[in-house]
Amino acid sequence: MPLKLEIVTPEARIFSDEVDTVVLPGVEGELGILPAHAPLVTTLQCGELRISKSGKTTEMAVGEGLVEVTGAYARILTDMAIDVESIDEKAVEEALERARHSLESLKHGEHQEEVAAVMAMIQRSTAQLHVKRKRRTV
Amino acid sequence: MPSTRDIRRRIKSVKNTAQITKAMQLVAAAKMKKAQDQAANGRHYAEMMNKILVALKESAEEGIHPYFAEGKGSKTLVLVIATDKGLCGALNTNLLKKLVNSKIEGEVEYVTIGRKASQGLARLRKKLIADFPVKDPAKFAEVRTVGKFIQDKFLTGEYKAVHIAFNNFINTVTQVPSIEQLLPVNPVTLGGKRGFDETSKEVNAAELPQYTFEPGAAVVFETVLPQYVNGTLYQMLLEARASEHSSRMVAMKNATDNAKQMLKDLSLEYNKLRQAAITNELLEITTAKMALE
Repeated sequence: MPLKLEIVTPEARIFSDEVDTVVLPGVEGELGILPAHAPLVTTLQCGELRISKSGKTTEMAVGEGLVEVTGAYARILTDMAIDVESIDEKAVEEALERARHSLESLKHGEHQEEVAAVMAMIQRSTAQLHVKRKRRTV
Repeated sequence: MPSTRDIRRRIKSVKNTAQITKAMQLVAAAKMKKAQDQAANGRHYAEMMNKILVALKESAEEGIHPYFAEGKGSKTLVLVIATDKGLCGALNTNLLKKLVNSKIEGEVEYVTIGRKASQGLARLRKKLIADFPVKDPAKFAEVRTVGKFIQDKFLTGEYKAVHIAFNNFINTVTQVPSIEQLLPVNPVTLGGKRGFDETSKEVNAAELPQYTFEPGAAVVFETVLPQYVNGTLYQMLLEARASEHSSRMVAMKNATDNAKQMLKDLSLEYNKLRQAAITNELLEITTAKMALE
């Protein structure tokens, strides 16, 4: 029985296909999902997601979100999912720099919501860089 | 009988109106494309989130999270999402009509997005407790403030449910005013009925087994549910915005077409009058000449 994996972000449906296994960054550490996994609901943290299908591995950088696993399905709802191929390292670095900058200026005020949003942005960017750079050293 | 001068004046004013409506049509068309794409892209995410949470609500223990059960109070909170500007057909009127006919029981308090909503509700003498301005195109951060307000209100326990009234976008010519229940978590239809009912049934059957929650059900719900509220709210706003621009585009296109038809009729009348005047003059000249001979 194959595992049907769906990855959806608010912008688009990123991935929808049958896969052999998927490894994802859960809040309690990395989590490998194989077909017929026990029903599970957990939250996702920023990090690296690996999909393997017939020997080929696809890597993605993902943001925070929700994972729902049933025997036949794995559904991932996240605010970011980018294929490692399409990560633009330079753009991400710039975004990271900008985010750090705005965090500095926000710290003086009391904008909890905005600080949280910027922190999430920083985490997402860091995750992207991490996935991209790890790949290059291999 | 209008004189040629009157008709000329009318032709001029109709032409001006046609130009303005044409310009507005083009602007709306450009915005419409963007808004429609945005609504269509986000729909899947919001729907899936809703589907999963509805299924989880069925299997979760009672009282695990306040968003899964009705509040203790008897009041209902309704968020009305309308447009800021007019000239978009019967969009806002239909929405308010739907609201008046909806018969939500008990005391109802209203929160609005969009000037037309607050104006309309004031005219109906409804109890308005807050109004949030949201720019166009809508930013997620703005929606988050609305979401926070609504959640705080719901958590006080004074309200038994939170409903959202907005225009669901089906396609460019069809928008359906709808009222959906946001809290407690409930199946929500976004952008028309596209087999949502069947898929949710199928999911329910497959998901009856008990879920394991990591790190724990309460923690998972605590992180996911506020996200769900904000995300769904944002998607509803996107649907409303897509409806607004589509409706305005269609309304302005009709206005332009009508103005063009009117121009045609007026010029015909004008030419007829002119022709009659010329014939008259010629007749006078010939009669005068014949009388002289």
